[in-house]
Amino acid sequence: MSETTELLDLYERMAVIRRTEKAAYDLFLAGLVKGTTHLASGHEAVAVGASAALRPDDYVFATYRGHHHALARGATPEACLAELMQKATGLCKAKGGSMHLTYAAGNMLGSYAIVGAHLPMAVGAAWSARLRGTEQVALAFFGDGATNIGAFHEALNLAAVWKLPVIFVCENNLYMEYTPIGAVTAADHPAADRAPAYRMPAQVVDGNDVVLVREAVATAVDRARAGDGPTVIEAETYRHYGHSRTDPATYRPAEEVERWMKHDPIDVARARLEALGVAPDSITVVDDRATSTVAAAIAAAKAAPDADVAEAFTDVWADGGAQWRV
Amino acid sequence: MAGVTVPTDVITYRAAVAEGIAREMRRDASVVCLGEDIGAAGGVFKTTAGLFEEFGPTRIWDTPISEQAIVGAAMGAAMTGIRPVAEIMFSDFLACCWDYLANEIPKVRYMTGGQVTVPLVIRTANGGGLGFGAQHSQAVENWALTIPGLKIVAPSSPADVIGLMASAIRSDDPVVFFEHKGLFASKGPLPPADHVVELGRASVVREGDDVTLVALASTVHTALAAADELAASGISAEVIDLRCLIPMDLTTVLASVGKTSRLVTVEENPHQAGWGATVVSVVVDEGFELLDAPVRRVASANVPLPFADALEDQVIPTTDKVVAAVRSVVNY
Repeated sequence: MSETTELLDLYERMAVIRRTEKAAYDLFLAGLVKGTTHLASGHEAVAVGASAALRPDDYVFATYRGHHHALARGATPEACLAELMQKATGLCKAKGGSMHLTYAAGNMLGSYAIVGAHLPMAVGAAWSARLRGTEQVALAFFGDGATNIGAFHEALNLAAVWKLPVIFVCENNLYMEYTPIGAVTAADHPAADRAPAYRMPAQVVDGNDVVLVREAVATAVDRARAGDGPTVIEAETYRHYGHSRTDPATYRPAEEVERWMKHDPIDVARARLEALGVAPDSITVVDDRATSTVAAAIAAAKAAPDADVAEAFTDVWADGGAQWRV
Repeated sequence: MAGVTVPTDVITYRAAVAEGIAREMRRDASVVCLGEDIGAAGGVFKTTAGLFEEFGPTRIWDTPISEQAIVGAAMGAAMTGIRPVAEIMFSDFLACCWDYLANEIPKVRYMTGGQVTVPLVIRTANGGGLGFGAQHSQAVENWALTIPGLKIVAPSSPADVIGLMASAIRSDDPVVFFEHKGLFASKGPLPPADHVVELGRASVVREGDDVTLVALASTVHTALAAADELAASGISAEVIDLRCLIPMDLTTVLASVGKTSRLVTVEENPHQAGWGATVVSVVVDEGFELLDAPVRRVASANVPLPFADALEDQVIPTTDKVVAAVRSVVNY
């Protein structure tokens, strides 16, 4: 695949995520998505760039802000939106919801809504790959807020001590929920600055440049597959929406928002495409296809049947059931 | 020719833990252990003694004191083709990684619509009787019972340790395996090589006609001692070893109450929200007509575990307390 073709593909993946997140936002306002959502608009380059550096059999663990990670690993917009809309065709049969999108067929092994909890899981998946003698790696996406919870530190230490093939990718969007991360963290770079304490290399990267993210993760993946252990990557990015559905994010300075909106990951990728000589019309074709893809996904999700109420009592146990007594 | 029989067919509860794990590790290469001091040290209770020597460092992994990393890594490994057996040294320390037992391990299968399976065992030393005080002596099996999605095992004998360990490790569901500290030195018959005890099958360890005592782990022995004492005064107690809290074998309990018409639970966990409350609620719901007397629960008092032996005896179930409870329902 040529550089141009590959970048166009990454661009399209980001465009689909952006439109899916916009659909989630609109469908919520229309009353068709319930509960809450933590949208990842603005974070697309981290998910798409990192995923581009992975093999299909590598493992990914994500957070409650994880729509983009599921999509980047191959979940369809239709299945994701259907899940948010409580449909039987949802990615998790409408039993998980926005915060738990999981696409095990793509080894995307879950979105977890307890901050930091999935980092030790990624360590365990990497340990498993070692035990089974595969060359798989495990990658955990997490927010800057997760760097102050114990599980983050336990995971980094164990991964380093056991020299496991793990890539810890922090999406530093500058805010842990509503609070500037710097106000509550004794480190300038909340993830990267902690890595040396665990004898682990770290790289801070522009998380809004899909090419730079892919390169940074690819380097870390190479280290991991070579048996040289884990890496921390801190990808600096920015949320286009608030923390969750109810948050208008008025605590963010206007000039900061403006600066980051001018550094939109999709615009950055477009500029790279244009610099490679791709005609604007060719990019428009991709944009239009992304729009059609998501429009069709919305229509299909709306038309899908509601969750099957019998599913409330399946999948507790491996036998498929929920029997607790004999 | 008469001769001394060397009791090679007897094993301690402590050694049965390692034996049970070793049998499964020999038959399934995907079984791997992790925990604090479980390797060359053989475990602080010596319940993993010999495993490191037989299976080596690629299957027996010493960890830092990082309970979240231990069970979190076990979960990630279980989701990806390994059958981890994780040790949490004292059950009190489960609180340090409770997120994984409450929010992650039991829920991930369900909330992903069945996309992932988590075949792991979390072993832990539970219960009092050794004078370790309030943070190393608790019986916390009822903590696990509050969480849908965990299977819960608590054996009372070496043979059951081995048979239930086989089922727990082979289970495709997460299992919390409570080993009782007060029973480690106890001895019993070494079961044959193929010994497997199905999860969710209670055992009637003593038959009787006048009262049903439902017990678990250490309290099976308390209940049996009480049954001996009651027999001397003509009261015939049936003792049921529940063996597992989930699946909970209420069929065996209800059948026994159908015969005896009286029920006493004997629990080491605190009375407040102890497992006996669940047993009793089902029996009074589905077996109300079977009962000829109020049910009684003998459980630990609702206080932290004290250190001194004399104080601990005040709090935990004792033979005397069980005997008194049985007399009260028999004389009702």
